[in-house]
Amino acid sequence: MLLFIASEAIFFIVLILAYVVYHGTSPGAADATRYLDVPRTAVFTACLIFSSFTMHHAGIHLRTGRRRPALTWLLATIVLGAVFLAGQGSEYVYLIKKEVTISRDLFGTTFYTLTGFHGLHVFIGLIMLGALFGLELKQRVTNPFEAVESVSIYWHFVDAVWLVIFPVIYLWVLL
Amino acid sequence: MNSEIDTSEKPGSLLEVREYKGLLSWLSSVDHKQIGIMYITTSLLFFLAGISLALVMRTQLIRPNNDWLSPEAYNQVFTMHGTTMVFLAIMPMLTGFMVYFTPLMIGARDVSFPRMNALGYWLYLMGGILIYFSYFTGDTLHAGWSAYAPLTSVNYSMNSYLVGTGVDYWIVGLILTGAGTISTAINILVTVVDLRAPDMKLTRLPLFVWMSSINAVLMLLALPALNAALVMLFMDRHLNALFFNTAAGGNPLLWEHSFWFFGHPEVYILILPGFGMVSEIIPVFSRKPIFGYAFMTLATVSIGFLSFGVWAHHMFATGMNFTVYYVFALTTVLIAVPTGIKIFNWIATMWGGSIIFDTAMLFSVAFIIQFTIGGLSGVIFATVPIDWTLTHSYFVVAHFHYTLLGGTLFTVMAGFYYWYPKITGRMLSEKLGKIQFWLMVVGFNGTFFILHFAGLAGMPRRVFTYPDLPQLASINLISSCFAYVLGLGVLIFAVNLVVSFFKGKLAGDNPWGGWTLEWATSSPPHPHNFERIPPVRSLRPLWDLQHAKEQPGAAAPHAHEGDSE
Repeated sequence: MLLFIASEAIFFIVLILAYVVYHGTSPGAADATRYLDVPRTAVFTACLIFSSFTMHHAGIHLRTGRRRPALTWLLATIVLGAVFLAGQGSEYVYLIKKEVTISRDLFGTTFYTLTGFHGLHVFIGLIMLGALFGLELKQRVTNPFEAVESVSIYWHFVDAVWLVIFPVIYLWVLL
Repeated sequence: MNSEIDTSEKPGSLLEVREYKGLLSWLSSVDHKQIGIMYITTSLLFFLAGISLALVMRTQLIRPNNDWLSPEAYNQVFTMHGTTMVFLAIMPMLTGFMVYFTPLMIGARDVSFPRMNALGYWLYLMGGILIYFSYFTGDTLHAGWSAYAPLTSVNYSMNSYLVGTGVDYWIVGLILTGAGTISTAINILVTVVDLRAPDMKLTRLPLFVWMSSINAVLMLLALPALNAALVMLFMDRHLNALFFNTAAGGNPLLWEHSFWFFGHPEVYILILPGFGMVSEIIPVFSRKPIFGYAFMTLATVSIGFLSFGVWAHHMFATGMNFTVYYVFALTTVLIAVPTGIKIFNWIATMWGGSIIFDTAMLFSVAFIIQFTIGGLSGVIFATVPIDWTLTHSYFVVAHFHYTLLGGTLFTVMAGFYYWYPKITGRMLSEKLGKIQFWLMVVGFNGTFFILHFAGLAGMPRRVFTYPDLPQLASINLISSCFAYVLGLGVLIFAVNLVVSFFKGKLAGDNPWGGWTLEWATSSPPHPHNFERIPPVRSLRPLWDLQHAKEQPGAAAPHAHEGDSE
């Protein structure tokens, strides 16, 4: 899983670099970035960060075989992740209403590609968490250590990528 | 070691393995040997397609102002030739050998993730079919294998013929094969870390396994850059994003940087397993242990590191600033050093050995000479002004064919002659092999050496024809004629593969007197690989075993701690 993460990291680095390279070169970007709601996104960011902690707790309980707290923490992780995705979705809707689209300018292009691919990874993470939750509910996890380890490494990675994206996109705009 | 294997069940050839009978056993296989064979077979078919395209090109160029092919058709042909050879022929062929031999050489039962292994193969096959399927749409990619923006852009509406769907098939196909490659890379690395036989320390790992592992690291870290670039291109074409749209401020250089950040490690991905193969073959056929084992592995590791720091030398002509030129020129010169170390080590291995010139060895020796020529013409390009003059000329074509064809393909041929007996249980014909070898050496050098001069005379690559100048006309005529000789050599190879499969001499366990673990089992290996793994006490476990038998009073092999080093 770590090797896979290394590969994914390169993928995101290229997309982030594409954003950074085009930052400020696009004529209409200042217009578009006005619509970014930084405090609101910060709240959703907090959700995602917090979900890493809940995942960590879920992992501890799963490994020691305490089902009830494990399920609770897993559910909390899933909810927090879903809240983040919902936040991203509503942000997209708002931006598109303001006519900030992927083909408007380079800001739109790089912004939607980068956050979109991150969102896709969060979504895949949610599917993995859901599968883990379902298996645990039915008591079908045969090798809890490996499965939990993989899912939680992936989830922490998705979180970490956002910790780079958030300052690069949202905080840089404030400067 | 024959006595340790239950001979009653030993299959004589691949057709006699009970578990491999029937189409379903192949389609549903998760056995690393079957998947390796499927990789190699599929890639051979793509290889034949690629070499046919090459002969089509040489036929078009046989005389000046030829109008046999239209410019559009010629563009498609060279694009598909490059894409096929790099992504669908050579890379998977090497992957096939890696998947087949890594577990055998480290004494493992299979790879760590057998099902993921199968996934990697099927992704590759489907990706390859998708790329070739674009022929049926009547419009294949025209833009060269590097597919520079904006040639791939929908907005390239000045020439509407460039807009077609070929690009989309190419993007999707490459993302699929790329994902397959990444999964295989993970598999190889985990296998080497986790499943080594007892006492198979990293310092006792065969060099082929070392180089395959470094290769896996390169695949793992280079291909996602290509995938990211492809994704951006796909966004541009289908969601009207603006990454490479210059009118909206987008920059085609972003494509070039992302592509070559993948592309340069890629050329080492295409050669490292080949280095590994000759590092196995040369010692066996010189009857000497490899010279400078530690230096070989360290050189491979440093090639791995440096290969991520040289990509911009593909872009010297794009007008970057001088600091960038200096840095990349320096790293480019630097990466020649570990490669040089390897060449000296191979020569030193042969030095004073009792060399047996079987076909496998002949290909290895020719590889050393031809790769050195290709390497030297590569170092020339590190000098920025020379690069400015010669870039995009036939000098470049000659250079990289000396590394990829004269280098990688010759190592792969050596690998075939060396390991075909292990894979199928039957020997390849040495007689046909030697005919093939000489045809290929003469054909290859005749085709490509002279193209250096075409480049120096100013002939640009990727153009469907050339004016009727006396020197260009004769150079191209000679080159094209030799290309057919090369093609004939490949044809004989194909015949040899098929005929020997049914009629070849039975190989036995260890026809070459090899020393690594894959020779300790039957040919073809039993589906579970080993009955009993010999103890690993040095780089050459079978040598130890043999000498334990020969010396009276040393009955147990483990009494010979490290006696070969």
